[in-house]
Amino acid sequence: MEISMEFSPHRVAAMVRRYWYLLRSSWPRILDLIYWPMVQMLMWGFLQTYIQQNAGFFVQAGGVFIGSVLLWDILFRGQLGFSISFLEEMYARNLGNIMMSPLRPAEFILSLIIMSLIRLAIGMIPVTLLAIWFFGFNLWGLGLALGAFFANLMLTSWAIGILVAGLLLRNGLGAETLAWTFMFLLLPLCCVYYPVSVLPVWLQWIAWALPPTYVFEGMRELLIHHTFRADLMLQALALNAVLFSAGCVAFGLLLGSARRHGTLLQTGE
Amino acid sequence: MDAAVKSAIAVDRLVKTYATTTAVKGISFSLMPGTMTGLLGGNGAGKSTTIATIMGLLTPTSGTVRVLGADMPRQRYRVLHRMNFQSPYVDMPMRLTVRQNLRVFGDLYAVPDIAGRIDQLASDLDLREILDRPSGKLSAGQKTRVSVAKSLLNNPEVLLLDEPTASLDPDTADWVRGHLERYCRAHNATVLLASHNMAEVERLCERVIMMKKGEIVDDDTPQQLLARYGRETLEDVFLDIARGRGDAQQRVS
Repeated sequence: MEISMEFSPHRVAAMVRRYWYLLRSSWPRILDLIYWPMVQMLMWGFLQTYIQQNAGFFVQAGGVFIGSVLLWDILFRGQLGFSISFLEEMYARNLGNIMMSPLRPAEFILSLIIMSLIRLAIGMIPVTLLAIWFFGFNLWGLGLALGAFFANLMLTSWAIGILVAGLLLRNGLGAETLAWTFMFLLLPLCCVYYPVSVLPVWLQWIAWALPPTYVFEGMRELLIHHTFRADLMLQALALNAVLFSAGCVAFGLLLGSARRHGTLLQTGE
Repeated sequence: MDAAVKSAIAVDRLVKTYATTTAVKGISFSLMPGTMTGLLGGNGAGKSTTIATIMGLLTPTSGTVRVLGADMPRQRYRVLHRMNFQSPYVDMPMRLTVRQNLRVFGDLYAVPDIAGRIDQLASDLDLREILDRPSGKLSAGQKTRVSVAKSLLNNPEVLLLDEPTASLDPDTADWVRGHLERYCRAHNATVLLASHNMAEVERLCERVIMMKKGEIVDDDTPQQLLARYGRETLEDVFLDIARGRGDAQQRVS
């Protein structure tokens, strides 16, 4: 298969514009971006407030729960923002137009990455501000550490988003459920709400193979011990490089398989 | 220079098999630049598979497809900006207005002065009144006209049309056919037209390729086909072939 190296920011901008037109034309879509992160943040925030009043440890570990919720939402919503933009093409029966256009797969992926950032910003910025107002938890106060957490979580979310997009191309909308649920497989394994040491030893090996585990451990270190563990972030970055590359390779292979099996023409169930 | 190199589309011993079904069974044809060719056949004849392979959406099981000299789908990015297609099996995003959709596709095809091109197509295809209407709120006929406009955005040298006048009233359909004819003459475009409207094929195409069960069962000018089958309309020829009557029976066997 010939791989074209000619990359056009103009085509990427065209795709971002297409998704932006869609987003701004539909208030339920915008509301949906904020709704669940806000519900999650409020529920876990109030739970944490209750526990803080009844357990000494959590007084010390102020913000761990709500920080976990917000970082988990960055991971989950990042992937969802990517996957939903892709799904919109399938719902609209527009994938044939896109695949037949000069748009390169890399440009398509980059436009989906940009849209995941835009969707995340629309959803998460108001929610992080609400967290300050309701619970006095300032995610932005994590400073540079937040940048490291964010970068690693987004890389994981895109890697999984790319893999899911490939599966959707190959299997049609029958694989849609994966877009909504794939990330929940990681929820218990990457130790969002508890330390890795809670897991059985054999499961700890799996947990440490997942980049988000390092982010959530790093966040607990920061909030509980006030220590930024750069080593954890670098290990997460290395794992993310592998995961992202694997996602891109899988996408290419699944796209090739879709061309062989004719599933680009039949993107229904 | 051989015919495959000179031709705009060259299909050589194309076979496409899905799991246990062979949809296209070793067909070959080539289309010279500036020609309009009809691809006819009943349901399951292999027309859509053939067109999808020419567009680069499918990888052949064996055989080759070359478009403007590029091997499809391996070298598709060399030529996709010089091609376009229209099909009732794909839609444009429904919430976007016609103008927004055309703008997005214009940018994907790197059309210079996209606003001017949209304006021109809106005038040519009578889209002015619906340009700022969401695509999902158009009638079937309006959608077809927008789809034709999208297919002409980049002034394609190769145009693949699948039922371009489906859902149009006879007057509008005739008008769209006239526009396509003028476009092809003005741009020396190569057109492959899949249609069940025999009168349309008879009017637009100088050559007709008849397919049945994945094979080409006849390939000639409309006039020659009519003469050979002793029929007055292409529809009767189509029915002869589809039902395996007379000369068609001998050719298929």
